[in-house]
Amino acid sequence: MLKTHDLPRIFLLSLLLWFSPLLQAEQESAAFTQAAALFAEASFDKTGEAIDLLAASGDPEVVPYLQALLDGKLYQHEEQGTLVIVADGASTDGLRKIPTKNSLRRSLRAAIGQLSLSSPDASVRLTSANGLLETITPDMAPQLRGLLDKETDPAVQEALSLGLAMADLNAAEQPVRLAAIASLAGNLNPGVRNRLTTMTTDSDAAVAKAAQASLKAIEDRAELYGYAETLFFGLSLGSVLVLAAIGLAITFGVMGVINMAHGELIMLGAYTTYIVQQLMPQAIDYSLFVAVPAAFIVSGLMGILIERTVIRHLYGRPLETLLATFGISLILQQLVRTVISPQNVPVSNPSWMSGSLEINSVLSLTYNRLYIVLFCLMVFALLYFVLRKTNLGLQVRAVSQNRAMARAMGVRSARVDALTFGLGSGIAGVAGVALSQLTNVGPNLGQSYIIDSFMVVVFGGVGNLWGTLVAGLSLGVVNKVLEPWAGAVLAKILVLVFIILFIQKRPRGLFPQKGRAAGD
Amino acid sequence: MFITRILHNDRGGQIMLAVLAVVLVLVPVLNLLVPEGNFLHMPTYLVTLLGKYLTYALLAIAVDLVWGYLGILSLGHGAFFALGGYAMGMYLMRQIGDRGVYGNPNLPDFMVFLNWKEMPWFWQGFDMFWFAMLMVLLVPGVLAFVFGWLAFRSRVTGVYLSIITQALTYALLLAFFRNEMGFGGNNGLTDFKDILGFSLQSDNTRMTLFVLSGLALAGGYLLCRFIINSKLGRIVVAIRDAESRTRFVGYRVEHYKVWVFMVSAMLAGVAGALYVPQVGIINPGEFSPLNSIEIVIWVAIGGRATLYGAVIGAILVNYAKTVFTGLMPESWIFMLGALFVLVTLYLPQGLAGLVQNLKDSRWFHKRVQA
Repeated sequence: MLKTHDLPRIFLLSLLLWFSPLLQAEQESAAFTQAAALFAEASFDKTGEAIDLLAASGDPEVVPYLQALLDGKLYQHEEQGTLVIVADGASTDGLRKIPTKNSLRRSLRAAIGQLSLSSPDASVRLTSANGLLETITPDMAPQLRGLLDKETDPAVQEALSLGLAMADLNAAEQPVRLAAIASLAGNLNPGVRNRLTTMTTDSDAAVAKAAQASLKAIEDRAELYGYAETLFFGLSLGSVLVLAAIGLAITFGVMGVINMAHGELIMLGAYTTYIVQQLMPQAIDYSLFVAVPAAFIVSGLMGILIERTVIRHLYGRPLETLLATFGISLILQQLVRTVISPQNVPVSNPSWMSGSLEINSVLSLTYNRLYIVLFCLMVFALLYFVLRKTNLGLQVRAVSQNRAMARAMGVRSARVDALTFGLGSGIAGVAGVALSQLTNVGPNLGQSYIIDSFMVVVFGGVGNLWGTLVAGLSLGVVNKVLEPWAGAVLAKILVLVFIILFIQKRPRGLFPQKGRAAGD
Repeated sequence: MFITRILHNDRGGQIMLAVLAVVLVLVPVLNLLVPEGNFLHMPTYLVTLLGKYLTYALLAIAVDLVWGYLGILSLGHGAFFALGGYAMGMYLMRQIGDRGVYGNPNLPDFMVFLNWKEMPWFWQGFDMFWFAMLMVLLVPGVLAFVFGWLAFRSRVTGVYLSIITQALTYALLLAFFRNEMGFGGNNGLTDFKDILGFSLQSDNTRMTLFVLSGLALAGGYLLCRFIINSKLGRIVVAIRDAESRTRFVGYRVEHYKVWVFMVSAMLAGVAGALYVPQVGIINPGEFSPLNSIEIVIWVAIGGRATLYGAVIGAILVNYAKTVFTGLMPESWIFMLGALFVLVTLYLPQGLAGLVQNLKDSRWFHKRVQA
């Protein structure tokens, strides 16, 4: 006969049955029945024995029960004696809560940690081993050693040996402690660092000294990762520079055209991203995949237009080209101000760009910087491929080396000029998409990159794509290396001064063109 | 006479200087002698505006000297102009004395604001007018010397040179924006009170500055014309037209280049020094690459390698700028951009060249008819 107060119990039991036939089966196993009998005696001593019994079973499936006991959620059925985990807020009629005390809770935690450590799932073992570091005590050392011998997963092995060393830090014997301290040298775990810092004032002089040495090693290592981080920041800044400059490397480097409107072509690319995102607000995550080709087309067409209407008439007059394209840059800027807005426009980042990749506790790489580096390399590889392996690339190089001869061989040089300029401009647009993810998108976006871009191209050596890549990346790194002690603005000034001096020394850049292509 | 000899064969220059002389006489009369309210009275703000144009014209001459005759397209002359301006501005700052907002007799306001206790070493001496004037010439001159010596000796030419001059002014722009540099940072130097004891607000001081600007322009013009007419000038033109050939003939090309570049930088510095007291402020914005490149377009529109063309170009473009930024601010940038494009495409010789062509063709027609 069913009574109303039985209902929750039935519900819970059926829940258990429903979710975990395996657990149900385990509960019928020997360890469970024995433990249940011990729990039923309702004395702390017996409860302790039960916990030990469950822990000794070495079965990971008892972990939820021990955890529930720790959280005060484990109940025993008064009549059948079965163990029940009660969810928050559920009725406990007919159930008896199994009480615990501090010493029991401590052994519970240890048991849970150890049992999780023998879980078949490596990720569970790893989490558990890492969790162990917080509550480690010297008496856990032997168990950890045993586990370490059996462990096969390298990550868990590492965590376990770290835990072992941490446990040994508090050992009674001095040699054990010293060995543990030595093994922790260079470990970047913040917990280790804190422990060692407190141990530098240890009463045992030898221990204190060893702790200082290990701490020094840790700090050195952290510093090394600091350098790695600076390098990464530098590379990402360098990638931005390369992206901004690489279109210019084509128009200036290959064609010899000074395009002061290059920055504005970048800006157009950034604005294209903005417009694409306005058009597809539901799918920001995919917007960049649309924006990249769109920006290439918009900036590329604008470039072809500029080439056909203005630059075409000015070949061989570089200074005039400079002035005319500067005029175009003013017009494009003002056009954007008038048509869209004189203020910056918001461009959102796709969700996959946020977050960061954690290498260790000291070094983490943000995804947007990482993607910029990758994107830059992709664009570079693509461009290199186009110039080296395609028909267009062959014609472009032919025209840039000897226009008359190329024409004699049947290359339509005017068409090649327009296409080359379009290619360089399109790449500028693509760079704009990348920049829109990093900086504010406004009418002045391009202006701030034009001088940097020219510096990169000139520094790398005109007409040399590799030179642009090396120059951009190295300038980015130098900038970031100088930044900590000089400040961002001064670092930039120093880099500019450096380039000005460098050009005096090597007027043709890092990788000058050789032979006839060098011109003059 | 010396001047007539210099201006011999320089019709444009003669006309330009004559007009300048008339203006220099007429403007003081109209401003100071004709009573206010009279139809012919010239308000003081207009005098100052004209004075500003004259300093721009001097700056344009300096650019024309290196671009038109030496073939160096400097995209950094605004830097020399601004440095001259800062030297003058520092003198004017020291003249404020304890009349600043903080009333500190020793330190300019911005230093008090930054909590500085004493004047940095590079501000020493700027309380003396002669020293400041010396610096107006020396600072741009030395910078031009160092820069030119490095650049010309290693034969950096053409577009490369243009780009590194632009980098130079850009670097200075960034540097002067920094508060720690000690030049007032973002706000620059302003709130000037008086110069040599004369209030900068008074009509007479403003008129004096205007006349001085006019005289400086005339002097700068004659100096440049003198240099170009001299034997050195011939070599300079030879360098422009065939640098390698000149070098092989045996001239030390880089020496001439550095020399002329320095003179040009100093002229730009003087222009800046005259500009600042009339405008009443100098800030890092003057270093912006855009400003420098605008100077080049003045010269291009007026016609390069004519000197007087640079003067005409500077005054015309700036007059147009004043008018159009007042009437329709949006359109000015469009017009400026279009000017750059159209002038380089259709008016490579500038206005001076256009006039010359017209004259030539008329003269030609007369001959044919006769």
